[in-house]
Amino acid sequence: MRETSAMAEAVVLRRERARRARLLWRRLTKDRLSLAAGGAIVAIMLAALAAPWLAPYDPDATSASDALQRVSLRHWMGTDVYGRDLLSRVIHAARVDLLVALTATAVALTWGAFLGAVAGYRGGWMDQLVMRLVDTIMAFPAFILTMGITATLGNSTLNVVVAIAITHVPIYARLLRGEMLKAREMEYAEAARTVGNRPARIVFFHLLPNCVPPLIVQATLAMGFAILTVAALSFIGLGIQPPQSEWGYMTAEGAGYIVSGEWWLFLFPGVAIMVTVLAFNLIGDALRDVLDPRMRGVR
Amino acid sequence: MSSLLEARDLVKHFPLKGIRAWLSAMGGGARPAVRAVDGISLRLAPGETLGLVGESGCGKSTVARCLLRLIEPSAGRILFDRTDLSALPDEPLRRLRRDLQMVFQDPNASLNPRLTVRRTVDEPLRLHTTLTTAERQDAVREVLDRVGLGPELLHRYPHELSGGQRQRVNIARAIATRPRFVILDEPTSALDVSLRAKIILLLDDLRTRLGMTYLFISHDLATVKYLAHRVAVMYLGTIVEEAPTRELFSKPLHPYTRALLSAIPIPDPDAKRERLILAGEVPSPIDIPTGCRLRTRCPLAQPVCAEPVGLREVTPNHFVACHLV
Repeated sequence: MRETSAMAEAVVLRRERARRARLLWRRLTKDRLSLAAGGAIVAIMLAALAAPWLAPYDPDATSASDALQRVSLRHWMGTDVYGRDLLSRVIHAARVDLLVALTATAVALTWGAFLGAVAGYRGGWMDQLVMRLVDTIMAFPAFILTMGITATLGNSTLNVVVAIAITHVPIYARLLRGEMLKAREMEYAEAARTVGNRPARIVFFHLLPNCVPPLIVQATLAMGFAILTVAALSFIGLGIQPPQSEWGYMTAEGAGYIVSGEWWLFLFPGVAIMVTVLAFNLIGDALRDVLDPRMRGVR
Repeated sequence: MSSLLEARDLVKHFPLKGIRAWLSAMGGGARPAVRAVDGISLRLAPGETLGLVGESGCGKSTVARCLLRLIEPSAGRILFDRTDLSALPDEPLRRLRRDLQMVFQDPNASLNPRLTVRRTVDEPLRLHTTLTTAERQDAVREVLDRVGLGPELLHRYPHELSGGQRQRVNIARAIATRPRFVILDEPTSALDVSLRAKIILLLDDLRTRLGMTYLFISHDLATVKYLAHRVAVMYLGTIVEEAPTRELFSKPLHPYTRALLSAIPIPDPDAKRERLILAGEVPSPIDIPTGCRLRTRCPLAQPVCAEPVGLREVTPNHFVACHLV
């Protein structure tokens, strides 16, 4: 008897989950544009993951006889001054750009959310301390600060991640603090205390999950910005170092050849940056529409 | 009378902030504060239900939150079964919470929207008992059954439940650890009228079965009359009258109680009754009148009412704070 009811429960549970997943899926796919953006992100990520198998040539293999080839069937995006296949380099560059942006966003999200949650829930001097720290970071123009950090620490890939993470922490800290101020006044926060939860569990188990939707939206939008920052840093020579292929640096290299007519050198990496950032921004907006009901209908 | 829970001279002031408060303090006056609870004493015997009534904003909910130390009282002592709650450090207090529970007013806001019914009701058991997962699962079913919910709701989220079901989940969470003392903070005020009677009957039934003691907070006199053994009437942060329920309803002595009772409609067009109507609005809890707090609104007010007044036992077990009684 017990067993059959448990089985019936499991069935109900599975059906419920499926129904919820379908609902989210339908709302996300209703909008063609965000569907295309989502498709683009998935494609770029797959390309990055499968780069060694997908790229037709070794991205670093030079060949003097193939230097500055135009777009052709052999080289879909042409070759650069050292005869390296541009398509292969653009595909491999996606790995670096996405990895750096993703890691930086993850680090910033973790720290920002943690600091913001504690500041918002505890209040008092803790709140003051965290918020003044955040204000200090925000007092600098973000890109200048990132430049300063990489210039001081030395421009290794890790330092680029650190620099972007530091400038992105305030975004999440402020967002979460606000959400937490709201959440801690909810009756279910009080109920969680009455039941006998410790403060840490109330914050991170009860309240934080209820603040996740705006966090996801923010992270997706900031992800596009992080990619742009990686590219910009590399463009001015403070980011990822050659010979590692990276979109920003490649664009910078290619920029020198615009006048002499080798347009493909800057165009393809530039388009890669643009499409990726645009896709993240579009999907961020779409997620906001789905996850954050307050913003529904506001464009 | 041995008491399970006792509050002595409980005070909760919320000091005002901002330039006006600062100026007033500089001017030598007392620092202005919202005097939400201004010296309240309560005693609850094991197994009884004490009703706490009063208008919105009179400090009922603040009393409840102070008693459970969800907010820190400014002054006063709270004794629970010979333990001084008011001086208890965090960790022992947290462990004692299995015996001190609360059913919240708004069932829509007091359930975590991301937790299923099972996890909501399971949580107090996980925090306070050493039961295994399987044992707890049985316990959750049993508790849900007690409050009239079937196992098919176990995996539902709060937004998939009706208002009545939510409040039953709320009650289930509160009674899961078999607490000895439960505060009911207007448990029916957010519900449809048709549901209220059911929830009230359920609560009364649970109290007798599980031997709990209730502090029942409400502004709905009809439900208080049904559920409470004794009633305390609150006005502007103080108790103005306290008596056994039957006595309070048949022989109210304080003008405020009389005014409250005369506002209940009687389903008999020929019934003769006293109508006592208070003038004006409740004064701000920042500028409380001196002496009797009701005197600015009381139709019976005399010059003597400007003198301070405290609770007196007028007849056995009937306490009133009024100069004119």
